[in-house]
Amino acid sequence: MKKLSARRRHPLAAVVVLILALAATGGLYAAFAPADKAQAEETQQSLAIEEGKKLYSVGCASCHGTGGQGTTDGPSLVGVGSAAVDFQVGTGRMPAQQPGAQVPKKKNIYTQAEIDQLAAYVASLGAGPVTPTDKQVSPEGADIAKGGELFRTNCAQCHNFTGEGGALTKGKFAPSLEGVSPKHIYEAMQTGPQNMPSFPDTTMPEKQKKDIIAYLDAVNGEKTESPGGLKLGGLGPVSEGLFAWIFGLGALIAVAVWVAARTAKAKKS
Amino acid sequence: MSTTTSSTDNKRKAPAGERVADWADGRLGIYSLAKANMRKIFPDHWSFMLGEICLYSFIIIILTGVYLTLFFHPSMNEVEYHGSYVPLQGQLMSEAFNSTMHISFDVRGGLLIRQIHHWAALIFVAAMLVHMMRVFFTGAFRKPREVNWLFGFLLLVLGMFTGFTGYSLPDDLLSGTGVRFMQGAVLSVPIVGTYLSMFLFGGEFPGGDFVARFYSVHILLLPGIMLGLVVAHLILVFYHKHTQFAGPGKTNKNVVGMPLLPVYMAKAGGFFFLVFGVIAAISALASINPIWALGPYRPDQVSTGAQPDWYMGFSEGLIRVMPGWEINAWGHTLVLGVFIPLIIFPLVLVTIAVWPFIESWVTGDKREHHILDRPRNAPTRTAFGVAWLTWYFILLIGGGNDLWATHFHLSINSITWFVRIAFFVGPVIAFIITKRICLGLQRRDKDKVLHGRESGIIKRLPHGEFIEVHEPLSQEALHTLTAHEQHKPLELGPTVDENGVERKVKGTQKLKAKLSQGMYGEESQIPKPTADEYKEITSGHGHH
Amino acid sequence: MSSQDIPEENLPVAQADGADLEKHGENPFADPGLPPHEHRIQDIDERAAKRSERTVAFLFTLSMLATIGFIASYVAFPVDKSIYVWPIGHISALNFALGMTLGIALFCIGAGAVHWARTLMSDEEIADERHEISAPPEVKAKVLADFKQGAKESAMGRRKLIRNTMFGALTLVPLSGVVLLRDLGPLPEDKLRHTLWAKGKLLVNQNTNEPLRPADVAVGSLTFAKPEGLEEHDHDFQTQIAKAALMIVRLEPDDIKDKQELEWSHEGIVAYSKICTHVGCPISLYEQQTHHVLCPCHQSTFDLTDGARVIFGPAGHALPQLRIGVNEEGYLQALGDFEEPVGPAFWERG
Repeated sequence: MKKLSARRRHPLAAVVVLILALAATGGLYAAFAPADKAQAEETQQSLAIEEGKKLYSVGCASCHGTGGQGTTDGPSLVGVGSAAVDFQVGTGRMPAQQPGAQVPKKKNIYTQAEIDQLAAYVASLGAGPVTPTDKQVSPEGADIAKGGELFRTNCAQCHNFTGEGGALTKGKFAPSLEGVSPKHIYEAMQTGPQNMPSFPDTTMPEKQKKDIIAYLDAVNGEKTESPGGLKLGGLGPVSEGLFAWIFGLGALIAVAVWVAARTAKAKKS
Repeated sequence: MSTTTSSTDNKRKAPAGERVADWADGRLGIYSLAKANMRKIFPDHWSFMLGEICLYSFIIIILTGVYLTLFFHPSMNEVEYHGSYVPLQGQLMSEAFNSTMHISFDVRGGLLIRQIHHWAALIFVAAMLVHMMRVFFTGAFRKPREVNWLFGFLLLVLGMFTGFTGYSLPDDLLSGTGVRFMQGAVLSVPIVGTYLSMFLFGGEFPGGDFVARFYSVHILLLPGIMLGLVVAHLILVFYHKHTQFAGPGKTNKNVVGMPLLPVYMAKAGGFFFLVFGVIAAISALASINPIWALGPYRPDQVSTGAQPDWYMGFSEGLIRVMPGWEINAWGHTLVLGVFIPLIIFPLVLVTIAVWPFIESWVTGDKREHHILDRPRNAPTRTAFGVAWLTWYFILLIGGGNDLWATHFHLSINSITWFVRIAFFVGPVIAFIITKRICLGLQRRDKDKVLHGRESGIIKRLPHGEFIEVHEPLSQEALHTLTAHEQHKPLELGPTVDENGVERKVKGTQKLKAKLSQGMYGEESQIPKPTADEYKEITSGHGHH
Repeated sequence: MSSQDIPEENLPVAQADGADLEKHGENPFADPGLPPHEHRIQDIDERAAKRSERTVAFLFTLSMLATIGFIASYVAFPVDKSIYVWPIGHISALNFALGMTLGIALFCIGAGAVHWARTLMSDEEIADERHEISAPPEVKAKVLADFKQGAKESAMGRRKLIRNTMFGALTLVPLSGVVLLRDLGPLPEDKLRHTLWAKGKLLVNQNTNEPLRPADVAVGSLTFAKPEGLEEHDHDFQTQIAKAALMIVRLEPDDIKDKQELEWSHEGIVAYSKICTHVGCPISLYEQQTHHVLCPCHQSTFDLTDGARVIFGPAGHALPQLRIGVNEEGYLQALGDFEEPVGPAFWERG
């Protein structure tokens, strides 16, 4: 499903690649080089914050300030917590590459170890939501139906019935949730990235986040069955209408042309 | 079975089928009926089968609809779900939703029939629109078929509302949102809006009545009227006999084609099975209205991408792009932001429906027309039709503005503004362009008649010039390309008569003359080649 | 509409080719008549005809097999069996099998019949005469005379009293039917003006079904609330929640531009009706950075920092705000009902 989702995003990906190539100068270029170097290095948990700080000063400080206090180009990171870093960097949204209505997700350029170091550093700036453990985000033992109800109350208005995504104002959008890892969904609910509101544990307890993740996995996961056949994007009547016109009426008119066409005449010899 | 001598001998000789027919003839007069109709002629053209697609999908909808009523419970009583679909276990839902879930997951073949019903409905309305535009662009609505045009138009409108009520029955989150929209629109009606809403829903929205009420409207009232109209529509088709395109041997006084028995019966009968087969296959391959993914309706829940089925999409577009005007005065509210779209909604449809009557008023033509126009030969009409379609499709874009935004990475606000402007400008541009294209095609036809067909053979003349050889058209083609009639624009004549007395010209006459000039004036049609022109060119070989 | 409006020579009939024909003796565009019938290969080659016959029979046989397949699938596949079909994905085996077999069974009957008609039935075109739809004058005269006779015999015109009272009775009698519709629903009265909210009602979190405290609501978060005492199992839950649904966000008090909004909030926590003032969709696409709320149905956009004023789209007025405070135990509570009707506008709203 991840592959499929990647393919769905293909046109966007092409644009991103193009911009990547164009923007491969200056600070952004600098962001790659040390990352590659860092890959080879042995990392130690005890040095995580130290290492994180190094990564931070190279990849993030230009916008978020040397101490994470924020600048005109980026918000303060004090108190956003490790969950926010794990989500933003893990989904490739950060470091951002171009201004626009919204920072889209793209290929992540850090290893998970580097992300953890960055997160550890940012978390050290001020307490905030913590990266969830695997157990916290696993859909096991969750109430799928309750998750569905919660999803329709809290999420569907932006992300569509089964998380296919939808439009917001002025070019912003709620992204598709297809193929997004449970951890990132959990972190998004916890931290409210960009224009998404947060759903903190005080109003949506941990168990309910699990329910929502389990519901999404059930209705829009790799194994989800679409009993009726092609899902048509799961977008509702617009794609159904297009399909009815193009393939339904289109096929019937093609048949009608055959029915009414003249039969080939015998060649006069 | 009792017998008397001679007549039994005769009857024994007659085959069984004939005896049954005799029996029926004695009571129903079937022989006289068959005499007139059994070898009735139907012309062959693919576009004449669009109406059949409508008829057959209508029959398919009725057949599958009856099956669905055997399992559907039109009730809004709340029940807990305990069927086989896991992600809704234990959820509260209306019996309507619950029984639709039962049909989809627990009745064998229920899902297939539901999908056939819904796909056929979408195709039905789409085919009606295309069929209507075929009739429009070919001028088939002209006398004596104006009444049948209206019957067809009514069928389209009723089809839309039957579809809407049916879409609302499962009481899912998407359709409930649509019903809420309708209720909000009803509320906007000045003076009586709140009363209408209370009566329609048996109190406040959503109440517990609307599914049962929509159900009787959806399965009885509207389809009953439609069935009557379909029968009347078909009787008139039989009675008027089918129109045909101009061609050799085809005149306004005859109809050329194949007889009902056997060819047309086999083709039309076979086409029913083809239509049914295609729709069944589509229903096996593509999911439609997966209510389990949508969830049961709750007035405090919603999903993005909330749209009606496509045929209501243009009304959705109207309401989405309307600015939020609201007038509050003397303790009352005039909700123009909703009420104006509610008024424009029927007007959009009426605009295309009244054209035949405007055209017949302007031309003053009272003759019967059985030969179809090629769209290019009626440039103003064709341009009007295309302008209307453009209008309609611009509104459809408005109705799906959020999906356009996400799929083409645009701003929803810009799309809304685009539709607001295009609503006024789009049809005008489409009108002008279409008319130009029609005139261009008329010129090309004229060239073809006068100078022949471009053969693609290049010839080099002795002095080095290259020319393309033009082949003269066959007699059939010459006739076909010149068979159309051309109206002359209406002249009002002098406003002062020979005695110097001013003649009064009524305003309606002036309007008619203006429209007539617009439709048939020099700017609006290319005079078709005359016999003189043709002879002059074909006799003198030197120039082409 | 009368025909004298139009100068006769403007009718296209006056320009028909017939006129040319008379003037010039010969019309180059004359109708050559129906082209001669040409034979199809099946008409002259019996082997081709046999091939067609076999094709038709094959299609009909295929249809029979498909129907058997349909019945077999109905029996064989459990209703909940899922299969993977490339490229569609995981789908219901039964739906797929039934639909495809039914589709093939039907399509083959149609294809067979049409192929038969196209290749083996006579394809000679026949011309049928049309007859004018309008009746000839003598028929019309007879009908009019009959009608006059009938009208005269009924004495409708002469006995006006009968006629007028009959029309009167016929006009009035449908009123019974109209009157019967009265009980379709109650009168509106002030039903649309009130919701379940009242002074002292706690704001209950829809997710947890627990009353909310100010500390639960973080800046940038979005919470939905219902009035205390309203439960999903209540018989009028749907109707009540359709008016009472609430959207709660916390803003930085400094960000709030509208004075009344600030007054009606608690520590920057504002409670707005979740029901759009356009046509009543549950509006809740809250953008936490712009503080705009967008309606997913028709894109009305409201600015939550400015009294939920409409900044885009078809809604006519701001979202109603609920005045909130905190009770002695520290829970968020309503300080009264909405001061204006929630949801779509209507004539009596004022």
